Amino acid sequence: MNIKLWFLIHKWTSLICTLFMLLLCITGLPLIFHHEIDHALMPEPDAVAPGTPAPSIDGLVGRAQAARPDEVVAYLFFDDEEPLMMVGTAPTYTSAPEEFFYQVFDLRSGQKLDIPQPSEGLMYILLRLHVDMFAGLPGMLFLGAMGLLLIVAIISGVVLYAPFMRKLDFGTVRTERSARLKWLDLHNLLGIVTVAWLFVVGFTGSINTLATPIEQMWQASELAEMAASHKDAPLPVQLASVDTAIAAAEDAAPGMMVRTFAFPGTPFASLHHYGIYLIGDTALTSRLLTPLLVDAATGGVTAVREMPLYAKALFISQPLHFGDYGGLPLKIIWALLDIVTIVVLGSGLYLWLGRRRSSLARHVDEIEAGGLADGAVR
Amino acid sequence: MKQDRVNGRHTLWQIFRAPLLLGLLSAVGLLAALIGDGFFDLLSWVALAIPLLVISWYLRVDNGES
Repeated sequence: MNIKLWFLIHKWTSLICTLFMLLLCITGLPLIFHHEIDHALMPEPDAVAPGTPAPSIDGLVGRAQAARPDEVVAYLFFDDEEPLMMVGTAPTYTSAPEEFFYQVFDLRSGQKLDIPQPSEGLMYILLRLHVDMFAGLPGMLFLGAMGLLLIVAIISGVVLYAPFMRKLDFGTVRTERSARLKWLDLHNLLGIVTVAWLFVVGFTGSINTLATPIEQMWQASELAEMAASHKDAPLPVQLASVDTAIAAAEDAAPGMMVRTFAFPGTPFASLHHYGIYLIGDTALTSRLLTPLLVDAATGGVTAVREMPLYAKALFISQPLHFGDYGGLPLKIIWALLDIVTIVVLGSGLYLWLGRRRSSLARHVDEIEAGGLADGAVR
Repeated sequence: MKQDRVNGRHTLWQIFRAPLLLGLLSAVGLLAALIGDGFFDLLSWVALAIPLLVISWYLRVDNGES
């Protein structure tokens, strides 16, 4: 085994990605609790008296439209836990995400809840820093590449763990001899104990950076095929009722519920169709969207099909990266593991800064001697 | 985890058995909450909390020098 080579791989892959990984770990920490923070910033809906008739979705869409007369209603998002619907309006159906305005309604009473816009405030800044560093698709793909470097750094770190631990028992932390030795032991212990979690979070994070190309690929192929039968039909003059379209969709996909509803002209629908995205009710199927197109002129279902494998891989990568699939305790564990990762990254940086002028041979000695290089304290 | 070495050196198995076990526990924890709710969530919390408990154990205990 060539320790020299593995050391160089570990050193350089870590050095290139560490500052970005620190940024991702620090911004990611509050983002783990995004959902909780969003809900805390939203007013509690008023109690709804039993027997209160639920308003129609069409009625709520009309109110959202009336509140933003110069914009179009482009998307409806249904909360997966609460009876809430978020209406997204924008200058055009193809506007950029930052241009959207959101209104939230209680589906039981029709009460409109005042919410801070998702595209402003500290959480939005943290989110953008985490997702693309405000650099759009190139920024996303760049962070994806950094994630792949992290994977290589993890693998090389595990390889170097073996020679380092030859004479040491698992869990050894020598606090007495020198600060460097203590941090070297901590770097090894914290790193090896959390390695599987970090590998999964890093790898799924990299997959998530491909969301935009995956969406575009799906829109250009599968979504276009689903809508192909209507390609030459005249555009619908009068749009069918949203309530009717949702009922038709849930009828065609029993046991599923609508999560997202896209209006004709948006990239997630067609010019002739509503794009309706349904989820199942189990832990796993609640993360897999099933697309369905409803003819926007007649309100009848045109096509429904499962997502292709590459899209499913993206859907499964999301919970595994966010940690939002096992209640609040899982999120707290996620946060603690994230903090451990910050210590691993920070200690790695510290170890490099302390000996960056040392020769390669001296570094290899340090690893092979379990930290006790130089002969001084051997 | 007391000393058992061949010629004062651990074998690869001795070095990696504890990390391997913790890695398997992490994998179980990561998958469990994806497979189901209720019991599976609980399993996920326990399995993923163990690596954290191991860390706090070794940071608290003065396990001396080897």
